[in-house]
Amino acid sequence: MDQKPFSQGLLSSEADSQRTLYPYVTGTSVVALKYKDGILMAADMGGSYGSTLRYKSVERMKSIGKHSLLGASGELSDFQEILSYLDELILYDNMWDDGNSLGPKEVHSYLTRVMYNRRNKFNPLWSSLVLGGVKNGEKYLGMVSMIGVHFEDNHVATGFGNHLARPILREEWHENLSFEDGVKLLEKCMRVLLYRDRSAVNKLQIAKITEEGVTVSQPYSLKTFWGFSAFSNPTVGAEGSW
Amino acid sequence: MTKHQANWSPYDNNGGSCVAIAGADYCVIAADTRMSTGYNILTRDYSKITKLADKCVMASSGFQADVKALQKLLAARHLIYQHQHNKQMGCPAMAQLLSNTLYYKRFFPYYSFNVLGGLDNEGKGCVYTYDAVGSYERVGYSSQGSGSTLIIPFLDNQLKSPSPLLLPVQDAITPLSESEAVDLVKTVFASATERDIYTGDKLEIVVLNAEGIQREFMDLRKD
Repeated sequence: MDQKPFSQGLLSSEADSQRTLYPYVTGTSVVALKYKDGILMAADMGGSYGSTLRYKSVERMKSIGKHSLLGASGELSDFQEILSYLDELILYDNMWDDGNSLGPKEVHSYLTRVMYNRRNKFNPLWSSLVLGGVKNGEKYLGMVSMIGVHFEDNHVATGFGNHLARPILREEWHENLSFEDGVKLLEKCMRVLLYRDRSAVNKLQIAKITEEGVTVSQPYSLKTFWGFSAFSNPTVGAEGSW
Repeated sequence: MTKHQANWSPYDNNGGSCVAIAGADYCVIAADTRMSTGYNILTRDYSKITKLADKCVMASSGFQADVKALQKLLAARHLIYQHQHNKQMGCPAMAQLLSNTLYYKRFFPYYSFNVLGGLDNEGKGCVYTYDAVGSYERVGYSSQGSGSTLIIPFLDNQLKSPSPLLLPVQDAITPLSESEAVDLVKTVFASATERDIYTGDKLEIVVLNAEGIQREFMDLRKD
């Protein structure tokens, strides 16, 4: 179940707690899928402050090392904290200078442990993470939730994406999608999210990771259609309504 | 200023069912491969079964992060045991270790409902069933997880396990053959899938016998 802020519980009150109680600045869904050459991931650039769309140029996807791409939804400051942990992880990995580098499986495992251990201390990082990558020809796509629930699959999504995007992906995803088809499928998912998720903004990035490396697209907008007759004359079937 | 309480739960139920049946010289362990949260399916292809030792396989359902942490811990402890004793852990030994590990977190439990299956030191099938805090007993068959309430009565009826209160003590191990037991497991899961929303997608069946470990899969309803 998604964790819901602002409700009564049995644990300590705000006054005496130094632990995370609820998120402040949040990012909405991340959607990702495996395609022929690697992983495609999409996330919009919104950072909401409750119901206000406060920040509109937030990059919620970052490359990790040579082989991985991390996308995050939830509390953005926790995402930045996680990036800081991963920086250190990759730094130490590079310092070994042994010709080996951490692949997406390893990074996913590390993130799972971090999230689970924070949950054990009742001070979670309020993020849902999507980790994708390619190493030695093997594609990998996984997800970790804020309490440490993790899995890998051919397509994943966080938050609202689970409700709106996964059904589309279940119907239309297949092995060896071309890059163009993968992007079209992701855009279809992001468009539905844009129409139906109130915290979505129409400014998104799509990132691609292949054996060659990571490319994050420039921000762009999706075309939307609002010209439905029901919108232009909404009370036609219910006189007196507004 | 309203007092804000904590608003997240460290637990979640990721659903699923597990079954194990002990035979004269084999053990069948099975679990579905669906992982859910709330009314969502997270993935349809996720294994709840893990091999702990050559003669010992565990199936667990419940809160997946705890299940995985528990499996990791037991695998690590098994490795240490192998280094110290130069042999694999037997099923009864692993059963005790699992119980102790679960009770260790008695006051912040692993939300993991486990069924341990394997061959005992005489090569006979054995099944151990657990609750979340380590209470366990050896039985002839068991089921845990979201579909267990649907599965156990059916197994009770089909396997006619004798009461443990009878004297002389009667073996709970089923006289069914290996293939009959596997068929029973398939039937049982097909039924549970019909009525339990958290059970479905695919069934993973692991059979342990003198020849080793075999694994097979069967499709279940995806709705």
